[in-house]
Amino acid sequence: MAILDSKVPKGPIKDKWTNYKNKIDLVNPANKRNIDVIVVGTGLAGGSAAATLAEQGYNVKAYCYQDSPRRAHSIAAQGGINASKNYMGDGDSDYRLFYDTVKGGDYRSREANVYRLAEVSGNIIDQCVAQGVPFARDYGGLLDNRSFGGVLVSRTFYAKGQTGQQLLLGAYSAMNRQIARGKIEMFNRHEMLDVVKVDGKARGIITRNLITGDIERHSAHAVVIATGGYGNVYFLSTNAMGSNVTAAWKIHKKGAYFANPCFTQIHPTCIPRSGDYQSKLTLMSESLRNDGRIWVPAKIEDAKAIQEGKLRPTAIAEEDRDYYLERRYPAFGNLVPRDVASRAAKERCDAGYGVNATGEAVYLDFADAFMRYGKEQAKIHGISNPSKEEIIKLGQGIIEEKYGNLFQMYEKIIAENPYETPMMIYPATHYTMGGVWVDYNLMTTVPGLYCLGEANFSDHGANRLGASALMQGLADGYFVLPYTIGDYLSDDIRTGKISTDSKEFDEVEKEVTDRINFFMNNKGTKSVDHFHKRLGKVMWDKVGMARNAPHLKEAMAEIKAIREEFWKDVKVPGDANEMNLELEKAGRVADFLELGELFAKDALDRNESCGGHYRDESVVKEGEQKGEALRNDEDFAYVSAWEYKGEPADAVLHKEELEFKDIELKQRSYK
Amino acid sequence: MNLTLKIWRQKGPQDKGAMVEYKVNDISEHMSFLEMMDVLNEQLVNSGDEPVAFDHDCREGICGMCSLYINGEAHGPDRGITTCQLHMRMFNDGDTIYIEPWRAAAFPVIKDLVVDRMAMERIQQAGGFVSVNTSGNTQDANAMPISKHDADESMDAAACIGCGACVASCKNSSAMLFVGAKVSQYALLPQGQVEAADRVLNMVHQMDLEGFGNCTNTGACEVECPKGITLVNIARMNREFLKASIKG
Repeated sequence: MAILDSKVPKGPIKDKWTNYKNKIDLVNPANKRNIDVIVVGTGLAGGSAAATLAEQGYNVKAYCYQDSPRRAHSIAAQGGINASKNYMGDGDSDYRLFYDTVKGGDYRSREANVYRLAEVSGNIIDQCVAQGVPFARDYGGLLDNRSFGGVLVSRTFYAKGQTGQQLLLGAYSAMNRQIARGKIEMFNRHEMLDVVKVDGKARGIITRNLITGDIERHSAHAVVIATGGYGNVYFLSTNAMGSNVTAAWKIHKKGAYFANPCFTQIHPTCIPRSGDYQSKLTLMSESLRNDGRIWVPAKIEDAKAIQEGKLRPTAIAEEDRDYYLERRYPAFGNLVPRDVASRAAKERCDAGYGVNATGEAVYLDFADAFMRYGKEQAKIHGISNPSKEEIIKLGQGIIEEKYGNLFQMYEKIIAENPYETPMMIYPATHYTMGGVWVDYNLMTTVPGLYCLGEANFSDHGANRLGASALMQGLADGYFVLPYTIGDYLSDDIRTGKISTDSKEFDEVEKEVTDRINFFMNNKGTKSVDHFHKRLGKVMWDKVGMARNAPHLKEAMAEIKAIREEFWKDVKVPGDANEMNLELEKAGRVADFLELGELFAKDALDRNESCGGHYRDESVVKEGEQKGEALRNDEDFAYVSAWEYKGEPADAVLHKEELEFKDIELKQRSYK
Repeated sequence: MNLTLKIWRQKGPQDKGAMVEYKVNDISEHMSFLEMMDVLNEQLVNSGDEPVAFDHDCREGICGMCSLYINGEAHGPDRGITTCQLHMRMFNDGDTIYIEPWRAAAFPVIKDLVVDRMAMERIQQAGGFVSVNTSGNTQDANAMPISKHDADESMDAAACIGCGACVASCKNSSAMLFVGAKVSQYALLPQGQVEAADRVLNMVHQMDLEGFGNCTNTGACEVECPKGITLVNIARMNREFLKASIKG
């Protein structure tokens, strides 16, 4: 089996990045003007990369399928962004952030990448503040922090419950400045449909103009993919409706290895589903677990009564409630990492203790927080002998300040006031740790083809900690790629413009148009959504929160069968030469139908439980940790990088062995 | 519930367009408005018709993509939400619902209910930023304390999602709430001071070029804004504009 070269520099971990930066090749400012870079995707990773590369002097072409870069799904991130500033003086450091991230990822990430991430995290906050991002501040005018799951310090910076929005608007504003200067050429409502390689190097892309339907060729000296995750393979997820795997999958089919596809995060705090018509699931930020307590009824008869609508949660006495996270994990309580919290909710609901009509919901209760904050506020405002009602009111004011928009969003969807009745939550697919394999430079296995942000696999291992996605996206785009890409582009200063008038472009364009023509001419009988929903159901039932070999084998066969039926029977109405939303969906679902099978194959290969990937076959059999996930470092301390070979089932596995020199491999315990 | 929908259909920018009537049955009150539209579109695809094109993406009220004008109101009858957060419980069995695109000269229709909002992009490009390069040695984030009051107010202005409901609601098709929000976000922060004068002049200039109308203080924008952006932001922009104009 081939050995993947991660290109991690030698030397002590804390010096690697600095020494590496000092030695890599640079492109001088005059030459940057002669070099073009394509950036696909304009979320935090793509937006920050596009802006920074343009500031440096490269000619950037940026693409997004939305009508504005500002609408990329990074915007929906709520809770916050981590940085090891140690502003709270609670003992935080680069090492601690590094350690927490590697541990949180269940020891399946690459140490050197994670350390670099921690190292640049502070720069991100400085940069964003300089851009005018309005982070939350305390009364002294300094930045406020809160705490997130899986860590013991407060290192999360936030802007109300709209942190992703504010960070994205920061990157977007930096892009706008470069668009105005002509250094970024922005292609809104354009979808990348394939990558073009010339002499083995990525030299361009084929896009479809989503307004006119025109198929266009774009060339550059390097191509950067920052198109987010593939959670929509489950149909229902917290992703945007348009979020898709197409760009990542297309480059996979052109030679980029796809790593750890089965590492998917099922987020514990989402609004439960209500019916079959549901189009997406809505996340309630993890930050709510700072102040909310999660419980289900302790008595099965109470749970039944609630499911039938005969009992209200507020009528259940304190001693009849099971705060199961606090019970099982006293050290971390409600702030255990996401994978642990999700499985614990599933365990209670599977046992019959769920709290809505579907039996798939648990409570997130703020009553204690209202009292705690209320008492503090009463003291601050000098109110003596406040009544319970007054205290609750004051406490609710603080909660509203912190999470007001989330409470409002909940009320609009569920039609219940979460200030009065505990919220109902249930896990939902949220984030994909797996993605395109990249080396230390963020380059894929195709020269000149880079992958950033959620679309790559590198930093979160088998489970991502809260508030780390924003950190990684911006680290990649602002502070990593702009350095590492220079090392590659320094060889291209004499290349000159890449022509789009070549047989390589002809061939790929033909593949793209053939596929579109197929969809338009296929007189099938079923809509694209029909197939997407069926795929999603197989994924959720058999490749969801708990997986086992028989189910995974079934899933592979079933997904293949759905895919074959899709290609025979899918119906795409309308015209290819105009805006056609069904055609857009058809292309994306076709790719999900291939990815889904590889996903199940990867899950089958990894016969261990780690992070978000839980195999029924691999659990602790006895002792204090009985029933908890059992990782197997001896056999599985590697990154699975899959090489495309025609059919997803035929993909060939390459292993990048993971080395842990700076952190001792331990079974995770949050007890 | 069973509903009658009257929807604006327009094949392309040059097409004249017309209202077309559709029926949808068995709509659950728990559905979101866009899920009801999904049901209609599934129905249309299955019967071989072309589905209704509408913009949408995050479906959680933050991306600003969705943009339906429902029964004469931007984002429909509920307050403080986007179209994707509107739920069918706001309607009754037997209702007739009128669904149109944003209407403004600066927002030409692309297809059906999808409009072109590039004018808003160009306004942002005219000055909606602080000119700071990414370097890795910007000053420490806590080197410059900012009063909580100003930071919070700036955040309130920055909450704008750029959906364009303010323009669609305004009888003058004015974009001043949108522009005012961006001008305010920076005007309230020390980082934005250096370029404050140029910013407001350039953004307002671009706004005028795009064909947006002026503000006559009706306040419809504030009522329909899904993110609660207030008229104070327009006042602040006017003040900034005056200040910058006098300064020359």
